[in-house]
Amino acid sequence: MNRRTFNRNIALAGAAAALSPFSMVRAQAQKLRVGVLLPRSGFQGFIGQSCQKGADLAPGVIKEMLGVDIELMNADTETNVDTARTRAERLIQEGAHVLVGAFDSGQSAAIAQVAEQRGVPYIVNIAAAPQITEQGYKFVFRNFQTAPDIVREGLALIGDLFRATNTVPRTAVFMHVNDTFGQAMAKGIGAFMPRLTQLPFKIVDTISYDPAAKDLTVEVSKAKATNADFLMLVCRLNDAIILRREMVKQRWNPMGIISPGSPGMYEEQFYKTLGKLSEHCISNVPWYNPRAELTKVVEKAFLKQNPKDKLVYHGLNAGFTFEAILIAADAFRRAKSTDAKTLAEAVRQTNIANKMMLGAPIRFNAKGQVEGIGSACVQNLNLTPTVVLPAAAATAKPVFPMPGYKKA
Amino acid sequence: MSLDLVVNVAIAGVLTGLVYGLMALGLSVIFGVVRVVNFAHGEMMTIAMYAATALFAALSLDPFLAVLPVAAAFFVLGYAMQAGLINPFITRPEHSQFMLLVAVAIILVNALLMIFGPGARNVQVDYQLESFEIGKILVDKARLYAALLAVAAAAALFAFFRFSLTGKAIRACADNYLGAKVVGLNVKKYYALTFGLGAACVAVAGCAMVLLVDVTPPLGPYYTLLAFVIVIVGGLGSMTGALLGGVLIGVSEALAGLFIAPSAKSMFSFGLLILVLLLRPQGLLGKKA
Repeated sequence: MNRRTFNRNIALAGAAAALSPFSMVRAQAQKLRVGVLLPRSGFQGFIGQSCQKGADLAPGVIKEMLGVDIELMNADTETNVDTARTRAERLIQEGAHVLVGAFDSGQSAAIAQVAEQRGVPYIVNIAAAPQITEQGYKFVFRNFQTAPDIVREGLALIGDLFRATNTVPRTAVFMHVNDTFGQAMAKGIGAFMPRLTQLPFKIVDTISYDPAAKDLTVEVSKAKATNADFLMLVCRLNDAIILRREMVKQRWNPMGIISPGSPGMYEEQFYKTLGKLSEHCISNVPWYNPRAELTKVVEKAFLKQNPKDKLVYHGLNAGFTFEAILIAADAFRRAKSTDAKTLAEAVRQTNIANKMMLGAPIRFNAKGQVEGIGSACVQNLNLTPTVVLPAAAATAKPVFPMPGYKKA
Repeated sequence: MSLDLVVNVAIAGVLTGLVYGLMALGLSVIFGVVRVVNFAHGEMMTIAMYAATALFAALSLDPFLAVLPVAAAFFVLGYAMQAGLINPFITRPEHSQFMLLVAVAIILVNALLMIFGPGARNVQVDYQLESFEIGKILVDKARLYAALLAVAAAAALFAFFRFSLTGKAIRACADNYLGAKVVGLNVKKYYALTFGLGAACVAVAGCAMVLLVDVTPPLGPYYTLLAFVIVIVGGLGSMTGALLGGVLIGVSEALAGLFIAPSAKSMFSFGLLILVLLLRPQGLLGKKA
């Protein structure tokens, strides 16, 4: 055999191997590699770790549900937009078929750019800035409310809360974190408030603050000085803890602390750090349906993986992270391929009715956004996030004004 | 805007500024004598804060009582660090010293992340959420105690340098390296002593600071930067300048938050830094080179 014959035989053998049915079967049977990007360290570290619990239980539950094998490729964004971008790049280089994450709007927007450039499907678990699905991206999908949706649902629930408790607060001071999410929420509230004439209160002052703030003395002093009836708060976790402590130090007892839709006050760490001071804070947020079949399955898997923990403290974070991976797995099952375009097209055709979070079945619109995700009014009662509204899903009655409230 | 609101915020700014001042004092003392800029200063303070939280968790030791063991441990560590690590770099170019201490800072942050994880830690003492009420003025108890501790520690350090023989010897080493060697002073030993004192100073500041803020590993670089801003505003090498700079930064940040926007607080302190660098490059109480 001469050199030319040898080379031709090798080339033919390679082509035959590549085109053989055996090879194709192998491609179909491979695992779906899901790159999970979460802020597991930095000032969003606790929330990132909370989301991670939802990711960790997903492969087992989904294998049972859909028979799909999933390999998680975890990456820590360190609560940093640049790190999120570079970690997304690296996960794609290492062979991730789909990306999931990243809890924060700024980090998610950065990952979305990378995913779109590299043509890899990206499913946002939690991030509310509307622009993420307004860029005309073909590979970016979101199973979470946008900031305007959160605000609209959150403000409507505030009105429901006042009606349910026969209270009529006249003024609110609005405090919000000054990051992508906080600004989007502030913009949403500014747009919706004038239209919601049925709400009895007006916002007397708006105070923004650094999400990585270490001290909120000035901010709370300013808010207290407005003599507002209640505090409307768009926060994260650490700042919510600092702010609540500072309110106690400054002896500020408004009628209530109500979030129209932000993380922080229903997180496990909020209860652990503040104890009784966490009581009666209210968050109007997308939440899970405790009666859903899938919730029970997830709850069981969660307890198995975290025997000393409860799903209720991670409901939103773990729930939406799990659902994002479920969407990817469901698409992979239907597409029977890890090819990015085929997978993205399958994600676009998603229709999942057996879901965990409140709201309509998971279906993406032309922009890659799921519509019809519901919110609940979640109040901290007995150190547990408890659904108090809407009445159909409530497990307790709302407490408003907060005990200890003194009229200014 | 009411006057009592302004006074409340200004008082909080002064009290926080005094703790900032004590932190920066350690940096200023080290630079004033050893002529090495400690780029791991904030990271060292973060370790002191973790030490205070660990002692509180294990022994329920109030951070004010934890000051003694933590400061003593930091003195020994600081002495060892100067004697074993920094002294060989004293005569080397400044960029070598810079790289050395930046490397130390990075190692410290990552070690803290490995040991304690990324989550915030704090202490929950009985008086943490209490305030003194004087008319319409509310003074946060923990902040007041922390500021008093900072003043006491700064006064002790001033007295040490002013009245003790060792303090005078250290000042001699700072004033004239060659002269100090000629009269028989063991300059490197005094350098190590100074670094130990600076480290103890930052340990006291850390024990006070843990009452005011929750500690996380990434806090170190932030405090290093803040200490630099303070000592540059006050005058690098000037002990009184460090305290003054701390109070100025504390008050200006608080008032900027009140009158301009809370999210513009840091911007304002950096603006102040630029202003001082333009108008008085040696700092408010610094000497011209």
